[in-house]
Amino acid sequence: MTSARNVTAVFKRELRSYFESPVAYVFLVVFLALTGFLTFSVTQFYERRTADLQPFFFWHPWVYLLLVPAATMGLWAEERRRHSIELLLTMPITLSQAVLGKFLAAWLFLAIALGLTFPVVLTTMYLGKPDMGVVLCGYVGSLMMAGACVSVGMLTSSLTRSQVISFVLALVFCLLLLIAGWPPVTGFFTRWAPNWLVNGVAAFSLMPHFESMQRGVLDLRDIVYYACVMIFMVAATNVALDSRKSA
Amino acid sequence: MLEVRELRKSFGSFEAVKGVSFTVNKGEVLGFLGPNGAGKTTTMRMITGFLPPSAGTAIVNGHDITTHPVQAKGQIGYLPENAPSYDSMTVTDFLGFTAEVRGFRGSERRDRVEAAIKQCRLEGVRRQAIDTLSKGYRQRTCFAQAILHDPPILIMDEPTDGLDPNQKFVVREMIRKMAAQKIIVISTHILEEVDSVCTRAIIIANGTIVANGTPQELRSKSPTGRLDDVFRRLTIGGEEARND
Repeated sequence: MTSARNVTAVFKRELRSYFESPVAYVFLVVFLALTGFLTFSVTQFYERRTADLQPFFFWHPWVYLLLVPAATMGLWAEERRRHSIELLLTMPITLSQAVLGKFLAAWLFLAIALGLTFPVVLTTMYLGKPDMGVVLCGYVGSLMMAGACVSVGMLTSSLTRSQVISFVLALVFCLLLLIAGWPPVTGFFTRWAPNWLVNGVAAFSLMPHFESMQRGVLDLRDIVYYACVMIFMVAATNVALDSRKSA
Repeated sequence: MLEVRELRKSFGSFEAVKGVSFTVNKGEVLGFLGPNGAGKTTTMRMITGFLPPSAGTAIVNGHDITTHPVQAKGQIGYLPENAPSYDSMTVTDFLGFTAEVRGFRGSERRDRVEAAIKQCRLEGVRRQAIDTLSKGYRQRTCFAQAILHDPPILIMDEPTDGLDPNQKFVVREMIRKMAAQKIIVISTHILEEVDSVCTRAIIIANGTIVANGTPQELRSKSPTGRLDDVFRRLTIGGEEARND
């Protein structure tokens, strides 16, 4: 009971801190402008004359790639740089409660950004009859994808005091996860690596799991995959912070 | 009672704290003296549960910091070096967060925050973001979070460092007011502070305790009877002290 309260306290503070500074508003505006531009101008949403959100969801991984590291880079790097981590971790809470609270706050912040894209859905509904099941499934997939990226960003933020380093590391790490199953990448491995390794690397990719959800296929395995990525990254953050503060 | 048992801390091959032991009882204000880099901050970070000790432990009112950290941390109010806080928050919000983590809810939480604001004279700046405050107010804001839950043990790392004489006076007044009911440990390298607030002082150099006693006892260790001389003799070695 107290552990849930502690997580909530950290979670609320962290979420609030986004909105206390201009960061949240800049982030939300850029996120919405970018997804809107890519959906309507680049993939020509209207010209396709199909009432679905494929051109919208198609861009999400790439927008996350660019923006999630910006939203997560301060999570721990800033605490360490300003030494407020010393205050936080000498309060009667455990490190894992603090880590979980921060992760959930950053994920919810991304969920708010995602939720604010609702006019795209309304536009589609106005113009035609989209399959709402597929739309919902796409949103669930996108939310899971965002969570996975947030967890990666939180891990890189715990590794350094510098927000810039955290941003760059998160970007590279997320990019690797996104393109792990892409033919040029797997092609690089097939030349010398055994088949099982190639398939193993490809299976780590975030992309295929999102693609099936975009098409409206809600498979438990995809959800489990994303949950595993998040749990692993959150646990790794815990380990990283625990060993770094004692070093 | 705060009981520190054989605390040790190594960073790689460097041993910063080499077996520090002492006890502090209720009503005592312990001054933790030493030159910069002597191991004061590291020792305090271990007692407050921020750094895990390499060996030894601290028993905080019966709770072992290494085996029951959450209970032990609940007994302590801690003012870290340079008074860190969450800069973008207002004073009230920051203290509200502290109260929440300390387990206060609803009206009790509000009352605690109000009491701390009043006690640290922060009424005038309560709605201001912490990063807009002067150093003295930031220090007092961090001080407020340390005493908000009325902890039996108060640990302060250089609480008056960088403050002007008036602000120093205010902080020392607050410490003196609370001294009778609490166990207080203050680290400092300002010797006048020992005379003005401490009932006992420990001098630490190179990670070990080199003296432990009341200010009078420490003074008697030097022919001149001055704390500065005792401090210099104990922390930089007799030879060097005589030569300057």
